[in-house]
Amino acid sequence: MANIPAELRYASTHEWVRSEGDGVYTVGISEHAQELLGDMVFIDLPDVGDDIDAGDDCAVAESVKAASDIYAPLSGEVVEINEELEDSPEQVNSDAYGDGWMFKVKVSDESELENLLSAEDYAATIEEDE
Amino acid sequence: MTQQTVLHQAHLDAGAKLVDFHGWKMPINYGSQIEEHHAVRQAAGMFDVSHMTIVDVQGEQAQAFLRKLLANDVAKLTVKGKALYGGMLNHEGGVIDDLITYYFSETDYRLVVNSATREKDLAWINQQASDFAVSITERPELAMIAVQGPQAKKLTSAVLDNDQNLAIEGMKPFFGVQAGDLFIATTGYTGEQGYEIVVPQDKAVALWKALEAQGVQPCGLGARDTLRLEAGMNLYGQDMDESVSPLAANMGWTIAWEPQERDFIGRKALEEQKAEGTDKLVGLVMETKGVMRAGQAVTVVNEYGEALPGVVTSGTFSPTLGQSIALARIANCDVEEALVEMRKKQVKVKVVKPVFVRNGAKV
Repeated sequence: MANIPAELRYASTHEWVRSEGDGVYTVGISEHAQELLGDMVFIDLPDVGDDIDAGDDCAVAESVKAASDIYAPLSGEVVEINEELEDSPEQVNSDAYGDGWMFKVKVSDESELENLLSAEDYAATIEEDE
Repeated sequence: MTQQTVLHQAHLDAGAKLVDFHGWKMPINYGSQIEEHHAVRQAAGMFDVSHMTIVDVQGEQAQAFLRKLLANDVAKLTVKGKALYGGMLNHEGGVIDDLITYYFSETDYRLVVNSATREKDLAWINQQASDFAVSITERPELAMIAVQGPQAKKLTSAVLDNDQNLAIEGMKPFFGVQAGDLFIATTGYTGEQGYEIVVPQDKAVALWKALEAQGVQPCGLGARDTLRLEAGMNLYGQDMDESVSPLAANMGWTIAWEPQERDFIGRKALEEQKAEGTDKLVGLVMETKGVMRAGQAVTVVNEYGEALPGVVTSGTFSPTLGQSIALARIANCDVEEALVEMRKKQVKVKVVKPVFVRNGAKV
């Protein structure tokens, strides 16, 4: 069973979000997702300043196995991206919840958070898949 | 029913992630396929290839039979242990399988064929053999371990006994020799030096563990695929199959046209294909971000300005080159670039010879 930190919220499409305060949320993909995808080779991130809508494909994680869309879990403006992933996409594999973070979004509507899953509920969706 | 090789527990011990591969539970990786890939290019890695099918062909007419069965000519083999790569074709000139033939004598040969094609291969071989005085013996009791990389020979040597080391001393590429319990061949599927070792099942785990203790990295099918693709080696079922001519699969060099009177299966069809012209297999290199994948549409523009369709047969990220490489079947024209349709965009890529890496270095 992959690690699913209790303090994060999750999308059913395997993204996680962490509150950084002031309405800013960090976004990445779950340990389970990186395990499914295998070694990352390219991560295509949005640009800082992009407006993204919850549910839109806004990034691409390309692994040895496949290219996978990353969907915006929340709506808002991209305020920072993890530039280290340009040269070190393997950080998504080695530290999915830490150094493997992808971008930060200043959300426009914090109530969207309620559409995301708790760690427990996300764990249940993974079990259904398996 | 999914089969397991005799090394199944050893894979689990090494942390393997297993996948179903044509009816076999096989390791896809033991953590990171890219690290396994680099281990083979820079040091030594090993692969469980026990799922591959070993078939011994023996008898008075063994040579005559194989000269009929295979598009390459086993009469070229005159030195004991020498190996030959080539295709086994159907009457229409399509590739039933690609395989390696080892020569021991004109009455004694060993074939190593793909596992995915085992049943149809055996059915075809037995059917064709009915007119010849030969015996066809599958050897399922034998396991096989490939040890590959610049340090593969040295590290393997450390786990062999003196007689075995004497038997393989100075062995040239593409040879095999029976050394005690082991059949040791200087063949492989990575573009590196090394051995493929055929070992009785009851000795396979001990050999695997001994190699592991020498620091040889266990490698899965993921690394096997990126290594063979960098080396420009075909994968049956992807780069060619029964609907594809060997001439369109970079296997023209494995067809022995001489002597003309040798009537191998598929010859007539191949001669017609050759006269008419066929597609060709080329290499593609992508210098921008992204990874080419099998099945993607390719377009090339010939000297008359006509846009001609092609297809990516194998595509991957090359860990050695740090960019995407692919094999593609395109129209037979001289072009330096092609367009590949990726995620609804047309991406320009370079067209090169279908080989990218040999002995650790860019070709």
